[in-house]
Amino acid sequence: MANLESNFIGIKSPNPFWLASAPPTDKEYNVRRAFDAGWGGVVWKTLGEDGPPVVNVNGPRYGAIWGADRRLLGLNNIELITDRPLQTNLDEMTRVKRDYPDHALIASLMVPVDEDSWKDILSRVIDTGCDGVELNFGCPHGMSERGMGSAVGQVPDYVQMVTEWCKKHSNLPVIVKLTPNIADIRKPAQAAKDGGADAVSLINTINSITSVDLDLFAPQPTIDGLGAHGGYCGPAVKPIALNMVAEIARTPELAGLPISGIGGVTTWRDAAEFMALGAGNVQVCTAAMTYGFKIVEEMISGLSQYMDEKGFTTVDELVGRAVPNVVNWQDLNLNYVTKARIDQDACIKCGRCFAACEDTSHQAISMSEDRVFDVIDAECVACNLCVNVCPVEDCITMERLPEGDVDPRTGKTVSDDYANWTTHPNNPMKCAAE
Amino acid sequence: MSDTTLTPGIKAGRLDAAAYDENFGDLHPRLDDHEVLVAADRCYFCHDAPCITACPTEIDIPLFIRQIATGTAEAAAETILDQNILGGMCARVCPTETLCEQACVREAAEGKPVLIGQLQRYATDTLMEQGKHPFARAVRTGKQVAVVGAGPAGLACAHRLAMHGHDVTIYDARQKPGGLNEYGIAAYKSVDGFAEREVDWLLQIGGITIETGKSLGSDLTLDQLKASHDAVFLGLGLGGVNALGLEAEDKDGIENAVDFIADLRQARDLAKLPVGRDVVVIGGGMTAVDAAVQAKLLGALNVSLVYRRGRDRMNASVFEQDLAASKGVRIITNAQPVAIHGNGAVREIEFEYTDDSLTPTGQTFRLAADQVFKAIGQTLQGDGLPKLEGRKIAVTGAGRTSVAGIWAGGDCAAGGDDLTVTAVAEGRDAAEDIHSSLMG
Ligand SMILES: Cc1cc2nc3c(=O)[nH]c(=O)nc-3n(C[C@H](O)[C@H](O)[C@H](O)COP(=O)(O)OP(=O)(O)OC[C@H]3O[C@@H](n4cnc5c(N)ncnc54)[C@H](O)[C@@H]3O)c2cc1C
Ligand SMILES: Cc1cc2nc3c(=O)[nH]c(=O)nc-3n(C[C@H](O)[C@H](O)[C@H](O)COP(=O)(O)O)c2cc1C
Ligand code: SF4
Repeated sequence: MANLESNFIGIKSPNPFWLASAPPTDKEYNVRRAFDAGWGGVVWKTLGEDGPPVVNVNGPRYGAIWGADRRLLGLNNIELITDRPLQTNLDEMTRVKRDYPDHALIASLMVPVDEDSWKDILSRVIDTGCDGVELNFGCPHGMSERGMGSAVGQVPDYVQMVTEWCKKHSNLPVIVKLTPNIADIRKPAQAAKDGGADAVSLINTINSITSVDLDLFAPQPTIDGLGAHGGYCGPAVKPIALNMVAEIARTPELAGLPISGIGGVTTWRDAAEFMALGAGNVQVCTAAMTYGFKIVEEMISGLSQYMDEKGFTTVDELVGRAVPNVVNWQDLNLNYVTKARIDQDACIKCGRCFAACEDTSHQAISMSEDRVFDVIDAECVACNLCVNVCPVEDCITMERLPEGDVDPRTGKTVSDDYANWTTHPNNPMKCAAE
Repeated sequence: MSDTTLTPGIKAGRLDAAAYDENFGDLHPRLDDHEVLVAADRCYFCHDAPCITACPTEIDIPLFIRQIATGTAEAAAETILDQNILGGMCARVCPTETLCEQACVREAAEGKPVLIGQLQRYATDTLMEQGKHPFARAVRTGKQVAVVGAGPAGLACAHRLAMHGHDVTIYDARQKPGGLNEYGIAAYKSVDGFAEREVDWLLQIGGITIETGKSLGSDLTLDQLKASHDAVFLGLGLGGVNALGLEAEDKDGIENAVDFIADLRQARDLAKLPVGRDVVVIGGGMTAVDAAVQAKLLGALNVSLVYRRGRDRMNASVFEQDLAASKGVRIITNAQPVAIHGNGAVREIEFEYTDDSLTPTGQTFRLAADQVFKAIGQTLQGDGLPKLEGRKIAVTGAGRTSVAGIWAGGDCAAGGDDLTVTAVAEGRDAAEDIHSSLMG
């Protein structure tokens, strides 16, 4: 079994699986059980200012999107930060950290944008013995209308300013949690870095309306006939989160800024993908809310098996391994020619590849009277749609044409030489090889 | 003491009251809302789906399943009923394992087809329970069509004709409409009077009059019908029964399986229906299986189904054979009846083993029998019918017979399997053909 110990910006945890700041980390009872179940760390549910706590709605706060068999694919919420008194949370955090010294415990914070508020909360949080703070600049609903959460995260100047205050008033590691509700994720990441952040974590939830009640004509979840936009998370947001993580990881100016990857992590594989794209660890919320704390056992055993198979001895060997392979479109090799290949023995003759290619792609699949489906190489542009719609694993695959073959679609001989758009004759901006 | 399964002879009330309810309950209880979503989810929405081709009425199965999956079971029902007005009955009685579900690509992939029949039932039940009839009659054409036989073929034909605006009169020899839906299908496939409810629901289209107790041959002649109507459709089914051709075939205790089944279907109280202790059914089709299974469910102690060829040649599907076996019916193959023994009433029946080409082997055996059901095939009955092909009415195209103005479909017409769904398809197609020739 591989060694999964994690050291993220100096914060040690038995494994890189942390629970994200959310209901699973809302109180001592949960967090103790999470640690006992095997989670490496938790980011405590976001704390706010002292005084009367925020209130949540008393009707439904979640909406969802389902796939086959009611598998939960996306969750949306209109919950706010913790609605329990600050001191209660602080006392509980202190006790938990005392009893679980080897596990990571991070305080997530969100207070109004003035220096004293941040200074004050930091001084109180330090006493819990927590390992670091995470600045919640991400919450897209409820708090943002009060000038906090994503209202801060969307303005890079504020991000930098608040980060600077936090570095100034504490010596705890500072993680800045980014909102995805922004056009270019690199901007707030840069601001966090400039403000002295030790790391960024992303993503928080995405603005969303999951569904509309067609009898009440109101967004769901519906509270007394009305609904508000919420924050979207769960498996559905993973591709968006992966891209944002990769964008930060591969930007030279941001190189070396540690990333805690969040968004749709549901299995060990998701976690490994985030890490390959540059995340030093991952945080999980929806998967735990869907299946309970026990899923971490699969994450631990899965990542461990994978690392053994790859011969990795520490998680850091995985971190960032895929980053150099994320490039811009114009860097892709246009001489890489593939064709779809259908394994006739595996084919169950559903004809979905035919419908997809015939109706919406390149008319490159033929169908015989007796339902044999074949790829017409002279038409196949290798778009991969047939592979994606085929219900049978590995029935349709993409095979590369070897050098020297003629691509019957273009009539060109396949070359193994690399050639991309920047030098392509059709590109009006091509850099002429002079 | 009351009779039990052990009491010899043909006796009623062998079981306690609760056992009858349990034995004759729904074979496949309807899926609940959740099960339906799980089942519907498995459909791949195939292109030019093989299941559609495999359905004799060519229901657009992927479409109706998608309609169910998206919460519009009523629309799904309309998709079904548009092609097959008896989609409700077919959902219950079709041997889907040899039709749509056999063709399902998930049968090829996993040996587990999408539950098409059950999904169809869910959709049609949903709509019918609301009492809705989704089709409306076209403007009346003033044309009169006579339909003989109120079975699936006749009903499907009449409905389609009525939809096109024609006035239809259905004549049926029996007291109730429905044909074998009412008198033949196994009781556990059509519970709670579904056959009757379905006919009532179908008639909501309007423009159809049913005259029961009117038999072609005795009460009516084909010439009369032709003279008084613009077209005639024959959906007579197969009213006769093949004989074993043995001496003493008229001994007490020897009955036609279809008569036993009809009595059973019409019985108000199954506890009053007598059944033998040792029952022997002769035949290898759906009728033989249904008679054997239902005899067992009525409380017969020993039920043997004896078929003259090998298992693979049995007309009853593998599912039906397994059902029989699971209910405790003993299936004996490669044996042909050669003699009936007993004084007055049958006591034993003697069989001889045959090889697959039906050559007798000389080896014989006897089975104790106080009741014997003959289920070796039904035949067409009637004189003065249009020209026959083999033992059925010859048809070309969509049911045209040798006589202009007379169409035929269902079991009485040559070609196609003897199935409810085939009868519906043929009745429907004949109606379209009648419509175009009347409106020409
Ligand atoms: C016991 C049994 C079980 C079966 N189980 C199944 C099953 O599970 N699934 C399946 O798909 N199929 C099954 N079948 C076959 C199916 O029932 C028939 O294929 C189907 O009913 C044929 O329909 P039809 O309209 O042609 O004839 P029928 O249903 O036989 O209807 C013919 C109608 O015509 C009437 N009629 C006959 N002669 C005259 C006349 N001279 N004058 C007036 N009216 C007349 C009859 O009274 C009857 O109402 C079964 C058949 C039997 C016998
Ligand atoms: C109900 C709910 C409440 C949340 N509350 C907070 C919060 O208080 N602070 C915070 O930083 N993120 C909060 N989040 C966001 C999660 O921490 C996480 O960033 C997001 O759900 C994406 O991860 P996931 O796809 O694993 O759920 C919340 C998410 C949910 C579902
Ligand atoms: S890869 Fe695209 S173009 Fe080629 S056969 Fe598949 S769907 Fe058609």
